[in-house]
Amino acid sequence: MELFVFICSAAMVLAGALGVVLRSNPVHAALSLVLTLFGIAVMFVSQQAEFLAAVQVIVYAGAIVVLFLFVIMLLGVDRAENLETESLGIQRPLAIILSLGFVALLVTTILQGRDSLNMRGDGLITADSGDHDANIRQIARSIFSDYVVAFEVTSVLLIVAVVGTVVLARKRKSEKDLTGVSA
Amino acid sequence: MLATIVPTSTWYLILGAVLFGIGMVGVLVRRNPLIMFMSIELMLNAVNLTFVALSTQLTDINGQTAVFFVLVVAAAEVVVGLGIIVAIMRRRSDISVDDLSALKG
Repeated sequence: MELFVFICSAAMVLAGALGVVLRSNPVHAALSLVLTLFGIAVMFVSQQAEFLAAVQVIVYAGAIVVLFLFVIMLLGVDRAENLETESLGIQRPLAIILSLGFVALLVTTILQGRDSLNMRGDGLITADSGDHDANIRQIARSIFSDYVVAFEVTSVLLIVAVVGTVVLARKRKSEKDLTGVSA
Repeated sequence: MLATIVPTSTWYLILGAVLFGIGMVGVLVRRNPLIMFMSIELMLNAVNLTFVALSTQLTDINGQTAVFFVLVVAAAEVVVGLGIIVAIMRRRSDISVDDLSALKG
């Protein structure tokens, strides 16, 4: 059963990832991204990280991809682009070779170091133990005790991001004059 | 016989590595800034998968806490990045990073 879930979600993840990279229409790429994110969420559930699976679906599929689609529609770039022409001929094969080499390096490292992966933490309390809120309670205790400073800094980061985006997206009054002069 | 095979954390780690590689190809090959952003999201998700797999394997909750922070930073990054793209694309209609060489000396 676990094997079946893994194979299905791995197929979802890889198909979605290839869709993002290979589809020429940005809307199709964004929808492929949803497929990948759902596959990752399924994997989180099968690894007993239920809270992160929920957050993954809500934040990524619910917010980030919708934001992508909004921008695609807003800019009117929802048409297929030409993937055949390439201004730098050597770049594409070079990038693929580089990435394949990097993946080979990572896989070799994982296979070499797999014996050193032993239990060394404080232990995870999973829902199997009868406490159905165990995962979220453990994460909450970790965030609000060990990482409380990082959590507060995160709120500052979000404020800065919101203010920065508002400043970027605002239409300046002088912009019209500037473009008029340059034209 | 197949039912006895249980996917170990190594499988998840290798899947994460492959996903990271696909995202890397996307960032390096595609010229549409929106697609490049989506590829960066793929790479972030590969790292998240690795974090969770190792968190389960090492029975340590700190890996899942790290994923939480990665999610928050990814959301902020996408908001600012898409704001920049919208601000640039208001001036020009064509959408390719090759055209964005205005800062070149």
